[in-house]
Amino acid sequence: MDTVQYLDDHGKPLRDIPLSNEALLIGYRALRRARHFDERALVLQRQGRLGVYPPFRGQEAAQVGVALCLKADHDWLLPSYRESAAALTFGMPISKLILSWRADPAGWGAPPNVNMVQFYIPIATQIPQAAGVAHAQRLLGKDAVAAVFIGDGGTSEGDFHEGLNFASVFNAPLLVVVQNNGWAISVPTQKQMKVQRIAQKAQGYGIPGITVDGNDLVAVWSVAREAVERARRGEGPTLIEALTYRVAPHTSSDDPSRYRTEEETERWLKRDPLLRMKNCLLHLGLWSEAQEALLTEELEAEFLSAVEEADRAPEPKPWEIVEQVYQEMQPDQQAAWNYLRGEA
Amino acid sequence: MIAERQTRVLNNVQAINEALDLALAQDPRVVVFGEDVGTMGGVFRASDGLQQKYGERRVFDTPLAESGIVGFGIGLAMAGLRPVAEIQFAGFLYPALDQILSHLGRMRHRTRGRFTIPMVIRAPYGGGVKTPEQHADSPEAILTHVPGVKVVIPSSPERTKGLLLAAIEDPDPVFFLEAIKLYRGVKGEVPEGYYTLPLGRARVVREGSAASLFCYGGMVEVCLKAAEVAAREGVELEVVDLETLIPLDTQTLLASVQKTGRAVVVYEAMRTGGFGAEIAARIAEEALDYLQAPIVRVAGWDAPYPPFSAVENHYRPDAKRVLEAVRKVLTH
Ligand SMILES: Cc1ncc(C[n+]2csc(CCOP(=O)(O)OP(=O)(O)O)c2C)c(N)n1
Repeated sequence: MDTVQYLDDHGKPLRDIPLSNEALLIGYRALRRARHFDERALVLQRQGRLGVYPPFRGQEAAQVGVALCLKADHDWLLPSYRESAAALTFGMPISKLILSWRADPAGWGAPPNVNMVQFYIPIATQIPQAAGVAHAQRLLGKDAVAAVFIGDGGTSEGDFHEGLNFASVFNAPLLVVVQNNGWAISVPTQKQMKVQRIAQKAQGYGIPGITVDGNDLVAVWSVAREAVERARRGEGPTLIEALTYRVAPHTSSDDPSRYRTEEETERWLKRDPLLRMKNCLLHLGLWSEAQEALLTEELEAEFLSAVEEADRAPEPKPWEIVEQVYQEMQPDQQAAWNYLRGEA
Repeated sequence: MIAERQTRVLNNVQAINEALDLALAQDPRVVVFGEDVGTMGGVFRASDGLQQKYGERRVFDTPLAESGIVGFGIGLAMAGLRPVAEIQFAGFLYPALDQILSHLGRMRHRTRGRFTIPMVIRAPYGGGVKTPEQHADSPEAILTHVPGVKVVIPSSPERTKGLLLAAIEDPDPVFFLEAIKLYRGVKGEVPEGYYTLPLGRARVVREGSAASLFCYGGMVEVCLKAAEVAAREGVELEVVDLETLIPLDTQTLLASVQKTGRAVVVYEAMRTGGFGAEIAARIAEEALDYLQAPIVRVAGWDAPYPPFSAVENHYRPDAKRVLEAVRKVLTH
């Protein structure tokens, strides 16, 4: 199976780019914004101002390229914990993401105009749900699509198979994006499965499976755009395998030196999706170091004001524990609520 | 209002079929799906004729995958539909427990109400009809231990119809367990047309003063039979059909204990960790002063439910065992 690629490892276009100059600039900005969030989130985590945080460094293009094809108030995103970059690009406010990774209930719900479900922690459970969300769009007469992300390890779970099977049988407008980042915590892909390419699994469901260079934003974006268009036309789901690498540790509490070599990480750092995209822009004469510096300043200002906003959120109250369990509070929750408010 | 309606005699399956039919007719968001529910109308014929009437978009067969069915339904619900899923037998809910425990009951909470799951999961449960392995399980204790769901187990056709329609209207996920033994085993007057009965209410199905029998689903019939036998000896037993396990109508339960001072809890699931233990604990916590005897449980034995007929009658509580328990609480 071929791997779809538009940029070489240094960012030089290998063939005609199916995106406008304006789109390329939007794409690069989205990558940088995601990277900035990731770096600053890790700092906040070290300062004790976030809980455990799963970084995505190295996987920006795989997530951003897909999210750029979706409309937040129309389409749906069901991300796993690693997809802050997708969430950000899709339209989740930074302050909400910060609150979410603080495990603050105030960060748990997306704004009404953003159809993103709170990050899924159990692996692969969102796949059958995403198939349902996607099928519902057809039943409701909408041309909206659902996109769902998981990792290579997640493809071993039963729900991955049940979800893909449902999506294909019902021709649901769904994108299943597997970020094949080489590792499921400490277990390498070769110990996870015997197939070479995760995209091959699509054959088992009679749907298209595409392997794309996940560190090439142009490639991910164009592949995802095509899959979204197919889905909108009623031609069903697509499985996209994005070949990428988790340069960062699994989470802020992981020590990757126990299971992988620095050389491996170094090799992938050279294929950094941001570097490649920047080189592409420079090559096309669309970018300068001055613009780069300006963008960094802008992103930092945006991030700082989002942190301030998150910090302004009121402390969660103990009785919120039993709120939103049912639409109407039932007697047992009411009793707990009264107790937690000191009214019992 | 319901009292003024015309009624007809229906069994439980017919009552369910009528409820599904009315729900599909009334609300275009309602979709009915599961294994074999379409052309075939379900293995118990609960959805008989509905696909022909409402088409394959509203009533559809799914692949054979319970986690898929529940997960798919969660997605349909989040996107604005009113899914009514059938799991062919409650003993086959287990592959879907991940979806149930991880998301079904938590989605409202974990998204702060942004996404909710107004979904009904129907499943036949319970024994007494000579079935193979896993076809007679009563997994209600597993389901009542899931935060954020409701659990309803009706015992008569009239209640079944009204409660199922209420469950479909309910904004939260509802497990609707249907005793297989009662599908065709009970008949009753069922009001015509659309009506709902409130979830979360227990009802006294027979008044008495000597002791209270707490039961639900397939055990209501058994307890009523026991009460009849006892009455011939001059012992008036009160039979309380809990009907909704979550949320539990503790008030009706306690009122009955306060009146009789004696409690027997009857359920057909394995005794240890069963929902009857919850009933007993609530009584002990809140009505101990009224008790004149220890609470006694009559339940399945701590073993898997035995398949086929040869020994299942020894597993499933019957009137004889209920009466033995009554004797115990009366002679304490
Ligand atoms: C059902 C389930 N089992 C185990 C875990 C613990 N766990 C969290 S992440 C992870 C590895 C996931 O790897 P992969 O799917 O490749 O995604 P990645 O983290 O690489 O993005 C495991 C085992 C979990 N969250 N959910």
